[in-house]
Amino acid sequence: MRAFVAIALLACATVANAQSVLIRGATVHTVGDQGVLSNADVLVRDGRVAAVGTGLSAPSGATTVEANGRALTPGLFAGLSAIGIEEVSLEPTTADASVILTAPAFEMQWRPEFDVTTAYNPRSVLVPVARIEGLTWTMLTPGSGEGGAFLAGQGGAVSLDGRYDAVLGGTRTLFINLGGNNNTLSAGSRSGQWMLLDQAIRETRTPTTQDEHLLLHPLGREALARYLNGGRVVFGVSRAADIRRAIAFAKRNGMKPVIAGGAEAWVVADELAREKVPVLLDALENLPYSFDEIGARLDNAALLNKAGVRIAFTQFGESHNARKIRQLAGNAVAHGLPKDAALAALTVQPAEIFGLAGERGRIARGQVADLVLWSGDPLEVTSAADQVWIGGRALEMRSRQTELRDRYLKRLQ
Amino acid sequence: MHGIRYLLCCALLTSACTGAPAQQDTPQAKQAEAVAVPAAPANPYPSTYQPAAAPATLIRGATVLTGTGARLDNADVLISNNRIEAVGQNLNAPAGARVIDASGRWVTPGLIDVHSHLGVYASPGVNASSDGNEATDPVTANVWAEHGVWPQDPGFETALEGGITSLQILPGSANLIGGRGVTLKNVPATSYQAMKFPDAPQGLKMACGENPKRVYGGQARAPSTRMGNVAGYRQAFADAQDYREQWRKYERDFAEYQKKNADKKDKNDKKDGEEGNEPPTPPKRDLKSETLVAAMNGDIRVHIHCYRSDEMSIMLDLSKEFGFKIAAFHHAIEAYKIADRLAANGVCGAEWADWWGSKMEMFDGIQENLALTDLPKNGCAIVHSDSDEGIQRLNQEAGKAMSRGNRAGLNITPEHAIRWLTANPARALGIDQQTGTLEPGKMADVVIWNGTPFSVYALAEQVFVDGVLEFDREHPSPQPRSDFLLGQPGEGAQP
Repeated sequence: MRAFVAIALLACATVANAQSVLIRGATVHTVGDQGVLSNADVLVRDGRVAAVGTGLSAPSGATTVEANGRALTPGLFAGLSAIGIEEVSLEPTTADASVILTAPAFEMQWRPEFDVTTAYNPRSVLVPVARIEGLTWTMLTPGSGEGGAFLAGQGGAVSLDGRYDAVLGGTRTLFINLGGNNNTLSAGSRSGQWMLLDQAIRETRTPTTQDEHLLLHPLGREALARYLNGGRVVFGVSRAADIRRAIAFAKRNGMKPVIAGGAEAWVVADELAREKVPVLLDALENLPYSFDEIGARLDNAALLNKAGVRIAFTQFGESHNARKIRQLAGNAVAHGLPKDAALAALTVQPAEIFGLAGERGRIARGQVADLVLWSGDPLEVTSAADQVWIGGRALEMRSRQTELRDRYLKRLQ
Repeated sequence: MHGIRYLLCCALLTSACTGAPAQQDTPQAKQAEAVAVPAAPANPYPSTYQPAAAPATLIRGATVLTGTGARLDNADVLISNNRIEAVGQNLNAPAGARVIDASGRWVTPGLIDVHSHLGVYASPGVNASSDGNEATDPVTANVWAEHGVWPQDPGFETALEGGITSLQILPGSANLIGGRGVTLKNVPATSYQAMKFPDAPQGLKMACGENPKRVYGGQARAPSTRMGNVAGYRQAFADAQDYREQWRKYERDFAEYQKKNADKKDKNDKKDGEEGNEPPTPPKRDLKSETLVAAMNGDIRVHIHCYRSDEMSIMLDLSKEFGFKIAAFHHAIEAYKIADRLAANGVCGAEWADWWGSKMEMFDGIQENLALTDLPKNGCAIVHSDSDEGIQRLNQEAGKAMSRGNRAGLNITPEHAIRWLTANPARALGIDQQTGTLEPGKMADVVIWNGTPFSVYALAEQVFVDGVLEFDREHPSPQPRSDFLLGQPGEGAQP
């Protein structure tokens, strides 16, 4: 109980008052038209970027931060995650990512109306751990657990600033997990996945009152219907053949597809580029973890980028160590991805994919002031965030982990 | 999409000297043995590894981190006869030597991972290749990880490309005592024996905490609590003590029998093995106890999967109760809370740089753990992976840990931090006389990096195992090393 109280206190002490801030003399990675600006200033007012340039003067009452040439980037995407919806993965009372109905296969129930963002806890200890490393937003993602459904439900983006109403407007997304890893949820075959998806679409388009085994409840049909009219659907899929099928399925049914995983996306890079289908990928995935990923390779990101596919980085099933996402980007650079594309894949590209680019992902006038000042190269493992702002407010750079460090470092010295 | 694979893995390793009693089927055989018992017989699964002949090699003009704590700028490393011949400045190339201009490059000892499940949890992760946890009994000290190693696991090659030249393959952590681990050289082979590190001691994998009690408690079997865990270790070691005593008694009886027969003068005395003068019968071999006796004898190194400081403290007492030495605590998430105690006991902490939180016993992870484990005098920090992804970039893990320590006000240099993935794991594995540093006479396990190895952009350009160039980034093998990937559209296939 005591630990619980300590955690809660920490979560409260997150942000200072919003006020004007002038960050002076930074190497500003705008991730936009202005590219990288040396020795530039960024003025933040009312939570937004008010100006980007050189020789800006501080309004009265503004806090001035001397960057001394350090890198300033937009706040980073924490990837698809369960930050704030899963405190300890193996403790069921703290894990809310999946809906598990355990219905027998012949009475399978799908709940596309399941919305995992309603479980979000902004006071989770994972939130400060992630954001003091420069991660300012994440995409909460429902899971497909044993006894659940491969159509996992809906997720949405949240800001990691610690507020209760953290869901970012317009980011609602449906998640469907395909491939051999989900065969146990589709009657033993990946063909069963398309069969069941077609059934769900038909139930939605042509509701019936007949007494038959329905996959969907009325609310589920309503939820799914919203995605049949240009709604964003993330397909978790790795194998090249399955990726093509997912694109065709989405097209046929009016969905806007996003590929997540995509270990073999490089094989169908031209088609992804032509159909303007983005890919969320783990750039460290280079082993054939399953027979869906035989073609996994370290230059997947570089090849996709070169082919003109929009990419963003994510880890899969990793929330506690979401901060490792920077390392994915750096390794993609080591394997051929241009540095600016790698930073974009942590900032503006995921913002574009989830409909946030008008507000987030770049350093430009009018953008929400989610900013990170780095001790060095933002993609380098030996660099760290010196200061993070979310919505223009400077975060207190503390977490439960820094508290533990300080307590025990003192005892050892 | 493989995070969950971490959870049940983790084990420990070992390699040669088994302490197993010799086969003694007949009285004649018994008699032939001058010394009876659990004398170490020839290893029944010996290493067949032999490094190929390789030309003498002079690596010239590099920044060399020797693994002994030294950094030499603009220095050379000379390899001949599969060994390090010299490290220093302005070395001469012997006639016919291969000379490598390494200016601007960094050179380190080959990296060593004390905790891998390559081969026993191979890629692809299909049911048929799930050979890392004999989760049918909480004490399976009788199983050997090496008997589950599939040498065609594609992960060996990707680890090599990350500079890994030696690695310990451990059984998983489902069990209190999971079995023996094996140390391998990271070379292509069609049998594990051809990878087996010559004369490396085997390891013993034990596991604290949540995994064993979850696996067996879930089946309404013991252990279902941490109390049950400790009772399980104690009973297993108590049984092994009893077993050792049986053999000691047999040894005494046998010696007496031999003495008695040697003293015989009278022709009418019964002959050896004749009715009424049978030699004593040896105890039945018990493979579980054999392993634990070897651990108590110090022939097998004890590696314990253990996260929490309180549980590590219990295991230290357990080791004293039964007289064995702990080489390292693996996944020691809370090592920083008892770093001074670990150092005082000469126990290493093998750790990740930043992974935490999936389980309750991982909730107190901090990014400075390795740096703090290293801090006390005689502290022994080891960067480990337990992961087919992490093992490909132990150098980056060390970079993270070093920089977090320095951010906390410590002063950790690259020449010191490199020991976390070279000399220190070699020490824990008992192979530090053979490898782990660049010193004359040692195995020529060497990596040439494209720059500082502690960078996210660092790539191993050339990796030597015993002086043999096993990986050359500029001239990659046109085909995958793994038979499994041969003829499949994987890395190396044309986009």
